[in-house]
Amino acid sequence: MIACKVNGTSRRLNVHPMKRVLDVLREDLGLTGTKEGCGEGECGACTVRIDGVPVNSCLVPAAHLDGVSVETIEGLGANGKLHPLQDAFVVEGGAQCGICTPGMIMAALQLPRGASTVDIQAALAGNLCRCTGYEAIYRSVKKGARGR
Amino acid sequence: MPVIRDVMPAFELFQPTSIADTLGLLSRHDDAWIMAGGLDSFDWLKDRIKRPSVIIDLGGVGELRGIREAEGGVEIGANTTLTELSSHPVVREKFRLLAEAAGIVGSPQIRNQGSIGGNLGQDTRCHYYRAGWPCYRAGGNICYADTPTAVNREHAILEADRCVAVSPSDSAPALIALDAQMVVRNADGERIVAARDFFIGPWLDITRMTVLKQGDLLVSIRVPGTFAGKSHYFEKVRDRQVWDFPLVNIAAAMATSGNTIDDVRLVVGGVAARPIRLVAAEDAIRGRTRNEDTAQLAADIATRGAVTLRHNAYKVPLMQNLVKRAIRGEGAWTS
Ligand SMILES: Cc1cc2nc3c(=O)[nH]c(=O)nc-3n(C[C@H](O)[C@H](O)[C@H](O)COP(=O)(O)OP(=O)(O)OC[C@H]3O[C@@H](n4cnc5c(N)ncnc54)[C@H](O)[C@@H]3O)c2cc1C
Ligand code: FES
Ligand code: FES
Repeated sequence: MIACKVNGTSRRLNVHPMKRVLDVLREDLGLTGTKEGCGEGECGACTVRIDGVPVNSCLVPAAHLDGVSVETIEGLGANGKLHPLQDAFVVEGGAQCGICTPGMIMAALQLPRGASTVDIQAALAGNLCRCTGYEAIYRSVKKGARGR
Repeated sequence: MPVIRDVMPAFELFQPTSIADTLGLLSRHDDAWIMAGGLDSFDWLKDRIKRPSVIIDLGGVGELRGIREAEGGVEIGANTTLTELSSHPVVREKFRLLAEAAGIVGSPQIRNQGSIGGNLGQDTRCHYYRAGWPCYRAGGNICYADTPTAVNREHAILEADRCVAVSPSDSAPALIALDAQMVVRNADGERIVAARDFFIGPWLDITRMTVLKQGDLLVSIRVPGTFAGKSHYFEKVRDRQVWDFPLVNIAAAMATSGNTIDDVRLVVGGVAARPIRLVAAEDAIRGRTRNEDTAQLAADIATRGAVTLRHNAYKVPLMQNLVKRAIRGEGAWTS
């Protein structure tokens, strides 16, 4: 049995210890906001935060969830309102097909208000987008970053 | 049989909490696979190309994690993440080239999860080998990357022996350049291996990239004070700037008086099965002035004996230019 917190709620998971965290989230917990792109650690679409640190959930074994706190895109908004970063992606057109968006947002979450383009690019170096050409994503992050 | 890549095969998983227990498990299970961050491991296991019956997860072994100062240098626990290593204040101050090398591995997500031990222990990226083709390295009797029609742009130009795969690690050349020592333990005791001897070529054992044998645990890496705060250089050339494995990388540490090179280490990765320390070039430039002639001299010596494949001849001038840039000390820091 693996005990962890997911978006603040305590969970006990009875899953294969080498199951990908990505699949645990999507299949066992029904949190389908986290997306799979490549399944190889290359695209960042599956980014979640474990103890506040962004990782690719497609390469994290469930065994590494014991005792940690996981944050996914579902955990961001509060009281029916989007997180400012999510809101900025909507307003600035930072999402087109949207498959990279949850991962982009989870990877950008730590960036402080007023982060420079260089810092944004460094934080998002592991996140690929095939639609936007990135400019709208940088604009969205500039607008919505709050350092969480 | 079709392989369902997202579903793991069956095996026993152990999660020890001490080095002693880890060594005990390793000695009891002769096909145990050590898993640190799991980035490289996952690939092999999911694809069923390696099929251990036992996996030993180092995640709970606190003793293997962290960096401490020791005798003018640092000792780095094998399970320290690349992010911890690259952002550690003492490493950044004294061993900048190591901080840079660790900080340019993969993407932020990869560095947050990947350990230094895993970065040193990772297997080659040769796509034929990784796809499970029965090549020399996998126990067969052919190298698929060294045929007239092979795709071998990323393969070796030096020291090839049947296998032309290269070492992909960014941190390995940096540790060799700093005269680091690897602390290795198994059930029989501890041994210290110079970083330079830790990585091996196919002539020694074509199935392994390091001296680590079944049952061996890399416990820590000791970086001595020899090149602390001296002139450091690390540069990595890759296809994509955001993140990618190195095509060629170089790590250099240099002690100088004025403009004279008193001592130097030049190490190149991505050109052979192990990172190559350029001893002949180092010997030729020790005592010389750090200038263009010296850079040229080292570059000429560096690639002697290079043998190129159909698609990788570009690595010869690339490696020479990196040697020159390291000696000139052209600013290449990324952060
Ligand atoms: C998308 C992607 C991009 C990457 N880009 C780069 C790059 O640019 N540069 C680069 O250098 N690497 C790169 N890598 C490789 C990655 O850095 C390494 O795979 C990572 O550091 C491995 O760390 P880990 O802890 O996850 O390793 P694991 O997969 O846990 O271990 C890797 C190997 O080392 C062995 N091992 C681990 N720890 C020990 C120990 N203490 N004692 C004995 N054996 C041990 C394991 O048995 C295994 O064989 C990339 C990987 C991915 C997936
Ligand atoms: S799906 Fe995990 S990095 Fe692409
Ligand atoms: S919006 Fe389609 S991949 Fe980024």
